[in-house]
Amino acid sequence: MHTVIVGGGKLVYFLCRSFLAKGYQVTIVNRSAAECTWLARQSKATIVLGDGSDPRILQEAGATTADAVLAATPNDEDNLVICQLASLRFGAPRTLALVNDPDNEATFQKLGVTSAFSTTHLVSSLIEQRAGFEEITAMTSVAEGKVNVTEVLVKPTSPVVGRALAEIQLPDNSLIGCVLRDSEAIVPRGSTTLKPLDRLVVITLPENHGQVLRALTGDDT
Amino acid sequence: MPADRSLFIIVVGCGRLGTYLADHLSHEGHSVVVIDTNCAAFAYLSAEYSGFKVEGDATELAVLKQAKINEADIVVGATHNDNVNLMIAQIAQKVFNVPKVMARILEPQREKLCHTLGIVTICPTTLAGDGILASIRGFSIPAQEGADPCTP
Repeated sequence: MHTVIVGGGKLVYFLCRSFLAKGYQVTIVNRSAAECTWLARQSKATIVLGDGSDPRILQEAGATTADAVLAATPNDEDNLVICQLASLRFGAPRTLALVNDPDNEATFQKLGVTSAFSTTHLVSSLIEQRAGFEEITAMTSVAEGKVNVTEVLVKPTSPVVGRALAEIQLPDNSLIGCVLRDSEAIVPRGSTTLKPLDRLVVITLPENHGQVLRALTGDDT
Repeated sequence: MPADRSLFIIVVGCGRLGTYLADHLSHEGHSVVVIDTNCAAFAYLSAEYSGFKVEGDATELAVLKQAKINEADIVVGATHNDNVNLMIAQIAQKVFNVPKVMARILEPQREKLCHTLGIVTICPTTLAGDGILASIRGFSIPAQEGADPCTP
């Protein structure tokens, strides 16, 4: 897999390091000569000096043969043009853009970028969803953040201990998908009764996530 | 001179081109909104300019909405940054269905992409270049009559 990354800073450096460790081929495009020199010394990636939104530079970076092009500069407008050039001019099959303005996530996808991520959005939703719930051990978002899958520990003090699922009033559009008990996975029915130290795999939407967790943990935070 | 029908025009960028356009369009009786990241740039508008001024980064959707892009008849990207102009033009055309959209693009290499995307561009570099080339091609050295023009 060949990835072209446009941008700089620690983010690009660590991304590049993790991609190289997985055996991917990485080319970094950066417009600062000093940063290019530093990146070339620190990593085995191919480094191209220049403006990534210039078609000649993208071509030099191998955009025509890349499997994915990631635009991670600090400017949304540059990231958009980089992704559009990569896909329309050079036929890159996947383009990814970092965006600052969370509103641009939807706009970019409408304008042909395969995936757009807003770091503001990701960090703020992580903070909102994690803060205050110590029982939550793992959480992933699927379908571009539309659905959350969370693992919740049932503490002995939880209001749901000793109750059957059918009795527990959970908000609409949420589901306890699995109960992990004594290293055994149970796909629960309405009659399944929850015990202390069960681990629940809970499926929620971002809008009811907090409500569901409060119902299961009894925390008012 | 009032226009046949007053248009609602958003000009993004209040530099030399932006002020030129905003002043003329406002003078012709159109409703104009000019957007710039730096409010000091509005000082270059003429005293007669009667449109609105929005301070903000037009690549931020909220700023475009504040300028009422959903009601605009025409949006012109006139900042000094090609990518900003191209992004705003696309948002105007594809997200807000603005009927007429134009972007000033300085780098001729990028024009091809704009055309693929269906964005109308004006490239001052090729306009000036073609003008100068045409003028050079039409020029011939007048027939010499004796004296060498190089010696004073």
